[in-house]
Parts: sequence; structure tokens; C-alpha cells
Amino acid sequence: MSLPPNSTIDDASGPGAHARSASPTSDPPAPSWWAQRSGENSRGGTSLGLGLVTLYLSFLVLIPLGAVVWKSQSNGWSTFWHQVTTPEAWDALKLTLTISAGVALFNLVMGTIIAWVLVRDDFPGKGAVELFIDLPFALPTIVAGVVLLSLYGPRSPAHVNIAFTRTAITVALLFVTLPFVVRTVQPVLIELDRDMEAASASLGASPFLIARRIILPNLVPAMLTGTGLAFARAIGEFGSVSLLSGNLPFHTEVSAVNIYNQIQSDNPVGAAAQSTVLLVIAFIVLFALDRLKRWGVHRG
Amino acid sequence: MASASGIGGSDGTVQVCGDRRPVARYGLRFVALGYLLVLLAAPVAMVFYRAFQHGLGPIWSALTTSEARSAIEVTLIVAISAVVLNTIFGVGTALLLVRRRFPGRHLLDVLVDIPQAVSPIVVGLALILVYGKFGFFGSWIERNGIKLIFSLPGMVLATAFVSLPLVVRSVAPVLAELGDEQEQAARTLGASSWQTFRRITLPSIRDALAYGVVLSLARSLGEYGAVTVVSGHVLGKTLTLTLFIDERLENFDQPAAYSAAVLLAIIAMGSLLISRRLRTRSRSVA
Repeated sequence: MSLPPNSTIDDASGPGAHARSASPTSDPPAPSWWAQRSGENSRGGTSLGLGLVTLYLSFLVLIPLGAVVWKSQSNGWSTFWHQVTTPEAWDALKLTLTISAGVALFNLVMGTIIAWVLVRDDFPGKGAVELFIDLPFALPTIVAGVVLLSLYGPRSPAHVNIAFTRTAITVALLFVTLPFVVRTVQPVLIELDRDMEAASASLGASPFLIARRIILPNLVPAMLTGTGLAFARAIGEFGSVSLLSGNLPFHTEVSAVNIYNQIQSDNPVGAAAQSTVLLVIAFIVLFALDRLKRWGVHRG
Repeated sequence: MASASGIGGSDGTVQVCGDRRPVARYGLRFVALGYLLVLLAAPVAMVFYRAFQHGLGPIWSALTTSEARSAIEVTLIVAISAVVLNTIFGVGTALLLVRRRFPGRHLLDVLVDIPQAVSPIVVGLALILVYGKFGFFGSWIERNGIKLIFSLPGMVLATAFVSLPLVVRSVAPVLAELGDEQEQAARTLGASSWQTFRRITLPSIRDALAYGVVLSLARSLGEYGAVTVVSGHVLGKTLTLTLFIDERLENFDQPAAYSAAVLLAIIAMGSLLISRRLRTRSRSVA
């Protein structure tokens, strides 16, 4: 493998970029020797490491996901379309997307309120709330299902039985996606400069006006990010939903459960077709969030 | 009257959103805490009450049946294997992403986050399609007497898939913040790559790595969707604790299901506490 010509100072992409930019520029020969030495030294390690990591990710993630897409197309586009639009699959998809969107939007509001209370309010037990807000991320999804079932299931002590209804799906999804918006909005709220609020208050702005004109615009990118992540998570959720919803076709069966049933009834093409739809939707959301992030960075 | 008290420098800022509007403040607090109580705290408390209402005895006996013991064993084997895989490749990937520049680096960066966006069921299906009996490599693998799907290796793969980003995303920011001056210095003094990694890099990312490992372990112990597709549900052989909960519920054995659920919930809470401490420590070092 041939080495590229000596890197120059303004080539910030070489392995020694950090060291060179930190070293004084008065001594040109040393940095270029450095760049070559360390470049040569680590290049072997880099290609070996890169090879192993690529191999691992390919066999674990890329090839399997590629196989899903490939399988979904293996009998042609019309079969794919047919599998996605069977009445049961189509209903499941519509249900999944509607409830997930509703849940994500509800999270947008509640997550922002919770983040606000955690940052700007003070009350006894705040530390515990702050800690356990992440519990839905740490709790296995099937346990989330059991937890909700124990209070809102058939043997509910509160006499609220939502099991096997669409409400159950909503509650399960609200539970598992709870921390997303809170955790994206909270850091932004902490960093937010309060002088602006003080200034507008001193100029006579009402709290509502301050919230609308000063605080909210700063929070919007974080709020959208959290909402998007919650949506992407919700459309794929299986464990908690399958336990609570009863999985009645045309009524409480979401896409993930329908895919599972297709796998069990030996219809891999159908399962792959619906999986591909879910994958594409999730990737579109993630791509949009990535754009949003770049746009936010660009704006400063 | 509301607008009068905000005047003044930094002293006034505390007042702006706090004490001026007690109604709004208590209202928001009530809404937030009420929501958390109904959605999170009360159900979790209820499952603990259900599990412990007859004391520790029933839980102990429910978790020491041969099936439960096997489920705990399988869970530990699968989770630890997946965490070991993810730790090795996670640190490697983080080092590559932060320290090296190569074509396709952004692609690798994106690839690492993909598992978060994939439904666990799709993960299971994807692995079956490649490593199952009729899969791309599966038929060849099975002809050589290795069974991946419907046995432990497949479950390890599924678990490793879903917890893939956790170590990378815990370690990478700390690596980036540390910079590589010390590593460069070690190199000039003649240290090999491995020595540099073990003596310089590893000690400085220790807390971040531990944080990633705890997250990864918690996620792995509790994985359900992906594992349920590839496990085949062989009683006493490929049932993890989460699958055991499902199996017990289907057999109307609620006490056993609640016991296993509480065990996993306690592990989850413990991992939250530990990871919180580790994160503060790793951030303060960096």
C-alpha cells in the first residue's frame, strides 16, 4: 500500500491532526515527519481494526437487514405490495402508525412539561423522579407489560381494566417512550440563557409571551428530536404491546405483532414485506432527525 | 402585577418563572408528577406489591424451580456473551470513529445507530433469514453441524444486535474529549499499539466503558422481542427470563411471572443507579 504524499498543515483529516494542530507551527519539519510516522504506524492497525469491525457489523447488522429487504422483493414487487396490503396487515400498519403518531405528539407535550418541572421547579423527591424517569428505558419491555397489566389489567385493584383494547396499546407505548422527549429537552433547558427571559420580563412581557417567544423557539429542535425518536421506537415496539393488547386482528394487532404471527405461520415473504415498510419509515424519521441536527448545528 | 418583580439583574431571573406565578408553577408540577404517578410509579409499585404480598417465600420458591433456574442461567449466558462481543467491538468501533479518518467513516457512524431504529421482531426475522435453516448461510452452517437459530448462539446474536450502539455511544464522546496527545506521547516513547491502549487509553475511558457495559448488560438481560423470534422456546433450554415470564403468564401462573418480573425490575433499577454514578464520574474525568 502506497502512502499518500506528506500531509500539509491544513490537511486536518490525517491521523495526527490533533497533535499537529496543537504543536507550534514554527517547526515545520517535525510535524510532517510526525504525520508520516504515525500515519504509517497506525495505518496497519486501522485497516485490521476496520476490517474486523466491518466484518462484525456486516454479519450482525447489514447482511441480515439486507436479507429482509431482499426477501420482501424475492417474489416481485406485486407480491410485496400484496403482502403489505392484505386487510390484516394494512389494518395493523394503519393502527401502528396512528397510535404511534398520537403517542409521539402526546410525549411532545408531556415530555416538555416534565423536563420543565425537572429543570425549573424544585420539590422534595425531585432527585428520585430525576433518576427513575429513565426506568422505562432500563425495564425490559415484557416487564413493562406485566407492570401495566398488574394495575390496569383484568385484576386491577383500581377497577380500570384496559387489557385487550386500543387504549392498552396507547398506554404501553406511552410507558416505553416516556423518557425520549424529557431527555432531549432537559439539557437544552438547562443551558438556556435566563437573561433573555429576565430582559423580556423587565420589558413587560407576560410569562405566556416569554414562553412562546423566548423559551419555545429554543426548545423546538430538541422537542422534535425527542418526538421523532419516540415515534421510531413506538412503531417497532413488541413486548409490552403484545402482552397488553391481546393481539386481536383488525382491532388491537400492531405491525410488529402481525410480523411475528407471519413468521410463526411460515410466511417469511409477508413478514419481510411488512418489516421492510417499518424499516423504511424508521429510517426516514432518523434521516429527518439527522438533517434537523445538522440544521441546528449550522444555525449555531 | 406579574410583570413588576422581574426587573433587576441576575437576582431577578430566579424569580421570573418561579414564584411570580404560583398557579402556573404548581399546575405544571401537578400535571407532570400526576402523569408520572399514573403511568410509571403506581404500576411499578403495584407489581412489587403483587410479588411481595405473601412475603419472600413464594418468590424464592417461584424462582428456584428447575425451569426458573434454567431461565436465569440461559439469560446470564446469553447476556454476558452479547456484552463481551459488544464491549470488544464497541471499543474498537469507537476508537476507529474518533481516532481515525477513512473513507466511509460517516457510513460506519450511521450504521452503529441503526439497531435503535429496528423493531426487535425485525431483528429476529433478519437473523432467521440469514442464519436459519433455509437462510443464506444457515443451510451451509447446518450442514456443518452447527445450529445457530433456535439455540443459544442465535439468541446471542439477537441480543448483541439490539444492544450494539450502547458501548460505542458511551465511549466515543469521552474518547473525543480526551484527545490523543497522551497516546501520541506514548507512541514516541516507543510503546506498541496494544501497550498504548492498555496503559493510556483504557484507564482514561474506564468509567465511560463501565457505563456502556452496564447499559448493555441491562438491555441484554431484558431483551424479549428479538430473542423470542430466534429462541424456539425450548423449555429448560432456550427460555430466558423474559420468555419465562411470557410462558408463565400463558399458563396462568401469575405468581411466578410476577416474581421473575420483579427480579428483572430490581436489576433494571440497580443498573439505573450504577449507570447514573458511572456517567457522572466519566463526565467529570473528561
